[in-house]
Amino acid sequence: MSSMSWVVSDSWTMTRRELAHWARQPVRIVVGLVFPVMLLLMFNYLVGGGQGVDGDNTEFLVPGMLALTMAFGLESTMLAVTQDLNKGVIDRFRAMPMVSGSVLVGRSIADMLQSAAALAVMTGVGYAVGWRWHHGPDAALGALGLLLLLRFAMLWIGIQLALVAGKPELVQAVQILVWPVGFLSNVFATPGSMPGWLGAVVEWNPMSATATAVRGLFGNPGGPGGTWASDHAELLAVAWPVALIAVFLPLAVRRFARIGR
Amino acid sequence: MTDAIVVEGVHKRYGDKRALDGLDLTVRRSTVHAVLGPNGAGKTTAVRILSTLLRHDEGRVEVAGFDVRGRAGEVRRRIGLLGQYAAVDEELGGRQNLEMFGRLYHLGVRRAGTRADELLARFGLADTGRGPVKEYSGGMRRRLDLAASLITDPEVLFLDEPTTGLDPRGRAEVWSAVRSLVGGGTTVLLTTQYLEEADQLADRISVIDAGRVAAEGTADELKAMVAGDRIDVVVRDGSQLVAAAQLLGDGAVVDADRRLIGAPAPDRMATLTRTVRALEEAGIEAEDIAVRRPTLDEVFLSLTDRRPERAEVAA
Repeated sequence: MSSMSWVVSDSWTMTRRELAHWARQPVRIVVGLVFPVMLLLMFNYLVGGGQGVDGDNTEFLVPGMLALTMAFGLESTMLAVTQDLNKGVIDRFRAMPMVSGSVLVGRSIADMLQSAAALAVMTGVGYAVGWRWHHGPDAALGALGLLLLLRFAMLWIGIQLALVAGKPELVQAVQILVWPVGFLSNVFATPGSMPGWLGAVVEWNPMSATATAVRGLFGNPGGPGGTWASDHAELLAVAWPVALIAVFLPLAVRRFARIGR
Repeated sequence: MTDAIVVEGVHKRYGDKRALDGLDLTVRRSTVHAVLGPNGAGKTTAVRILSTLLRHDEGRVEVAGFDVRGRAGEVRRRIGLLGQYAAVDEELGGRQNLEMFGRLYHLGVRRAGTRADELLARFGLADTGRGPVKEYSGGMRRRLDLAASLITDPEVLFLDEPTTGLDPRGRAEVWSAVRSLVGGGTTVLLTTQYLEEADQLADRISVIDAGRVAAEGTADELKAMVAGDRIDVVVRDGSQLVAAAQLLGDGAVVDADRRLIGAPAPDRMATLTRTVRALEEAGIEAEDIAVRRPTLDEVFLSLTDRRPERAEVAA
């Protein structure tokens, strides 16, 4: 077999490992799916929000919560990789003739499957509370694609952070930090309702670009627009994640291969 | 015939700390070589370098004929590693682990499965069911770990303190597994802080301390190198200890609790005869009297100036 087919076969073996972990611990998966749903319901019914929105609050909130869930995936990937790196089995993987990066590829495939499941559950719950898409299935699929692209970028940032930090205590710090970064976006309020400088920061947050683009594709209400970033949200929703992936994926693969040097 | 392991002048630093400070080691094929040393001597660092997990700063390291830095892939195809901590996936079952490793060794899906079953049977793990490894006993986990190290019948097997933390039964299991491997032509490099383990398993022993080799040879050579033979006398009446010790001359060491006197016996049988006669003339009754080689304990202490972990004798 060629080396490319070893990449595929080793990555699949590592993905199977993650799936086997799920099969043995279904509760963990369920908790992972329930948490964002809980957030969605909480913000929809308890917090209100939707400041500066030109339309129905639930229609505004659901796409934002989908983007937030994808972004928070950074933290779950970082936790999983950190735990893995601190296990003895990583030494065995590293001393074997397998394709070294396949450990990371297996992780990323498993996390993407988990995120796709999370999107399915959340859009289902969103539907139940009154959210709808209005521009047909193709646009809706495009929106889901942009969400998964954001997740994929967050995944590689999470892997790189885990490889650099390497300690469970630092995961906790990141778990706290994702909240302010997550809220510095247009998930819960439009930038127009914020002080000027803060609105600018929020507009250029990659998560905001994805949320705005996804709202547009679903036909859900967003902010009033009128700024460059909000008018080019779809471009930014592709460019941001692609740029992040282009930086962090090679860094992480290289860093993993160089453990022990 | 080339050597299975060649280590020449290897240095490894962690910041200011010198983990390896010019380590040299040569291991012939199909032999068992023990690296014996106290905690912090550099044993684990050496194994991690040899098994491609860690890069050394200076020196030459070849395993199975390949340079560990330049040809790590070739080395990895030919080695098995049993580290200090179980390197298996604790959340998966025993068979799941072995099958996964088999696939990653590129045996192919079907062969990975049959190989997993062979190894489970060989290490007495065939009846462990589907439960996760974290529910295994220490001995079972160790055997699974060893099975995982042997998936491809490695040319060179590294065992880093393979019996640390095991009860005597687990230790005996690992020992017998190692003995049966050597018969099959595998070269084994094992680190240990148990002198008895090195004595029992190894063809040759390197005593290392502070990152370099303090002495090397067979167990008998090491014993002979450090001190000559010893004579032990146990007297019946404790009050005669001092008088008896004077008869044995310079270098006599008295252990009052055991009523025992130990002393050098440079010319073995002559010393024994002379001692028996002298005791008789002085009217001192001996309960026991024997000439023996020094123990590896005594060798180790004199070479490393440090107290080894006491080896508990395996049942």
